[in-house]
Amino acid sequence: MALLDVSRLHKKFGGLHAVNDVSFGVEKGAIKAVIGPNGAGKTTLFNLITGALAATSGLVSFNGAPIQNRKPHQIAACGIARTFQNIKLFHDMTALENVMVGRHLRSRAGFLASMLHMPWTLKEERQIREKSMELLALFEIAAYADVEATSLAFGQQRAVEFARALALEPALLLLDEPAAGLNMHETAEIGKLITRIRDLGITVLLVEHDMSLVMDISDEIVVLSFGEKIAEGVPADIQNHHDVIKVYLGE
Amino acid sequence: MKKLLPLAALIIVVIVIQKMTGWTDTRFYLTQLTMAAYYALLIVGLCVVMGYAGQISLGHAGFFAIGGYISAALTTINLIAYQDRLVIRMLDGFGLLVAGQDIYGDALLVVAPWAACIAAVVCAGATAWVLGIPVLKLKGHYLAMATLGFGIIIYRIVLASAVFGEADGISEVPPLPLLPGLTVSGDFGTREENYYIAWGMLIIGMILLRNLIDSRVGRALRSIHGSEEAAESTGVNTARFKLKVFVLSAVFAAVAGVFLTHYNGGIGPSEASVMKSVRYVAIVAVGGMAHLWGAMIMGVVLNFLSLRGVFGSYDDAVFGFILIVIMLFAPNGILSLNWRGYFRGLFRRSGNTEETGRAIDGTP
Repeated sequence: MALLDVSRLHKKFGGLHAVNDVSFGVEKGAIKAVIGPNGAGKTTLFNLITGALAATSGLVSFNGAPIQNRKPHQIAACGIARTFQNIKLFHDMTALENVMVGRHLRSRAGFLASMLHMPWTLKEERQIREKSMELLALFEIAAYADVEATSLAFGQQRAVEFARALALEPALLLLDEPAAGLNMHETAEIGKLITRIRDLGITVLLVEHDMSLVMDISDEIVVLSFGEKIAEGVPADIQNHHDVIKVYLGE
Repeated sequence: MKKLLPLAALIIVVIVIQKMTGWTDTRFYLTQLTMAAYYALLIVGLCVVMGYAGQISLGHAGFFAIGGYISAALTTINLIAYQDRLVIRMLDGFGLLVAGQDIYGDALLVVAPWAACIAAVVCAGATAWVLGIPVLKLKGHYLAMATLGFGIIIYRIVLASAVFGEADGISEVPPLPLLPGLTVSGDFGTREENYYIAWGMLIIGMILLRNLIDSRVGRALRSIHGSEEAAESTGVNTARFKLKVFVLSAVFAAVAGVFLTHYNGGIGPSEASVMKSVRYVAIVAVGGMAHLWGAMIMGVVLNFLSLRGVFGSYDDAVFGFILIVIMLFAPNGILSLNWRGYFRGLFRRSGNTEETGRAIDGTP
């Protein structure tokens, strides 16, 4: 059974079928990519899975349980983490604090316990800090732990966002155009990073424009065009798929 | 250790000021310092909502008034005429009522101050909860408008209700006994004692909020300020956290209202006015929004000056002016300004030009 199962998902904006009857599955431990030209409905599909938008009809199930139309924080609690196309870090917070927010679901101190600084919360705080530092080290940005996150270089900000998402210890990581705004060298780096994340046992679903990256790292690819799925398969098949070539290059 | 230093310094300053008023025979200052501390308690609570969670409230005078007015009404309304009613007998049975005599020697039966105090704070918290559920879905200016509307409603209610004394407010509010030997009252004999009660409350409030900000919950609140979407994606239930912090700040405001009312022995409708809410927001802005210490210091200083009558009849105008100036010249609060650099610049003009000259040369 697939880890994430999207079945006959449909989203209408007025008369526009932004996502039209799309079905696919993401196998556990795989890297799956969603590609398609601008306006194909990739981001809408992403927002439907993460709960930012409510689906018109259809099913999304994760680990066999339906998760469509839940709030984003509930989806996160199911074990799905995400990054954003335009990096969304918390301003006025350091890189370390940003990652520490990612431990929110893995800790439990509430208002009262926090205000009274109960002894067990101090222990919890220490664990949050240690785990977050580990993640910063994993992405080789531990040196910037105490720097305000939004003042870092673009690539480092992306790394902080990745670290924050991984701090959730998710089963599935959704990446919204992880290579957007990166140069060729950085894109290759991020490719390696995504493979490394997969090797940690985390399933990855990404939306991406950069073909070289997608073809390099994906196990399977879904192609969308005008809201509909036109192809699905391994990279080699997609590259030679008649409809895909037509959509990208014209007749 | 580093966190305890400012608190220790504050405690020393509080004690030194009290001693100094004793030596210089200016004990009358303690009255305004006591009142300023209670206002500052409201302001630090508002600071957490505005500066850290990023949610504006122009209705905090409303919560202050709910606290003050309910406690005042419950401890002054004579229930003697209803003493045979079942409800009153039950309340009496639970020890929630106290009997006494008014100034004319007539029998008086009112709610015990401690019970009235708890009821008032619970009421304010519950109001914040009910108001917050729909209103906190709004953002920015819309949230400001909605909370402003709430403030106006509370103001008109206290102004139009006979129970709340209409334009006269409520007077003859009895003292609030806290512990044996500690009573919140405006009696001259207890001026020092009350100064320490007020500052003790403020210091406890500061410790609680300082701890809160420096915790999992504090980070979640700041993340909401940073990006609500990203906060949700990391699993923060933004709606619930916003609501809880709003209720918490309303409780701080209500506690301040209750204590100040019992200290003053009364409360008037001006405490509920919209200008008060604007003033609180202005003070938080002056302190630097996300700066708890700045908010507290400014809360004490500006309220003290206002209570001493330094601003005269231009009181509200001064706070409006402060708000404009701060927004223009120091949107991060006056503590954020580079004071050290400014003074250094004043005294070492020549040194500066020398540095510039080097930079142009390109020599290090």
